[in-house]
Amino acid sequence: MAHTSSFHSFSARGSSYTSTAIALHWLIALLIVCGFALGWVMTDIPGFTPTKLKYFSWHKWIGVTVFALVIIRILWRATHATPPMPSHMPKWQRGIAHLTHFLLYVLMVVIPVSGYLYSSAANVPVVYLGLVPLPRLIAPDPHLKEVLKSVHITLNYTLLVLVVLHVLAALKHQILDRDGLLSRMIPFLK
Amino acid sequence: MKVSFYRYMLAAFAAASLGASGGAFAQVDMGKSTVTAISKQMNVPVEGKFNKFTAQIAFDPSKPAAGSAQVTVDTSSYDLGDESYNEQVRGKEWFDSKTFPTATFVSSAIAPAGSNQFKVTGKLTMKGKSQTVVVPVTVTKQGAAQVYDGAVTVKRSQFDIGTGEWKDTSVVADDVTIKFHIVAAGK
Repeated sequence: MAHTSSFHSFSARGSSYTSTAIALHWLIALLIVCGFALGWVMTDIPGFTPTKLKYFSWHKWIGVTVFALVIIRILWRATHATPPMPSHMPKWQRGIAHLTHFLLYVLMVVIPVSGYLYSSAANVPVVYLGLVPLPRLIAPDPHLKEVLKSVHITLNYTLLVLVVLHVLAALKHQILDRDGLLSRMIPFLK
Repeated sequence: MKVSFYRYMLAAFAAASLGASGGAFAQVDMGKSTVTAISKQMNVPVEGKFNKFTAQIAFDPSKPAAGSAQVTVDTSSYDLGDESYNEQVRGKEWFDSKTFPTATFVSSAIAPAGSNQFKVTGKLTMKGKSQTVVVPVTVTKQGAAQVYDGAVTVKRSQFDIGTGEWKDTSVVADDVTIKFHIVAAGK
């Protein structure tokens, strides 16, 4: 793997993420915002209505898409170096940044999985885009359904907190530190 | 227990009808029998179970034409696995269980259709509307029991099931499949 390591050291010197990483970041971010908003709205609709059923389907399609894109993103990240953090950042901030990023990756994988299993436990299979029936991973189970429901909700609020932290940190770098960190993810800010 | 209650009811019914019809209904094992209806919501098959139903079957595979079958389901017992959904399905737009507590299938003719296959023609009545349907049924022997398996796809719009905003079949498809697995004591 001599080739890969030389590629690593080369791109580590760059000041930006690769365009693939940037595209994946923003696409996934947009999908997560839509999926979260839909999840919030649809669960507030009492009983069931055609709109609610539509929203549930769209929410699940978004979740499956996020899952697939996150897997690609993790593989990309594992094989491509990320630009270094600004040198002025104290160690504890770097630590928190790394931890937040790590947890965001974990949640982006685990949240769609928890929703998918919740749907299976509720005896509602997922048909991606209304076209591709996806396998049922677990059998219908009313008890497990309730457990997975609260797991899915709790994980989503955890994600919300971390995303808020992530955005505030990015804004801090942009507005208070003025270190140009944000331009690594938004190239036209340069 | 529910199951034994129905067994008792069926046995009582069978016994009572013996004299009148001259033929005995096989005792149906309610614990092992199921009647389900599968709808498609944006192409997602969603299965619900009728927790309460009765079946009266008098059938001898060697004399299919002389056989008869009647199944009555309690529409309020349709279970989608979520009580708030179940409650809505019992409402006016769907089954309207208050006005139409039962849905029935009554056979009018049974014809052989291959080794252990039969075509059962009959009248399906739901929400006060009747349609003649032909149900393909597979009959198998399992030990002493005789097992009837079959499914029939009907159009819910023909029975006014799903009115108002639900008339739009792009979310919940018009085609609904009714599936049954009935285990009856053999003779």
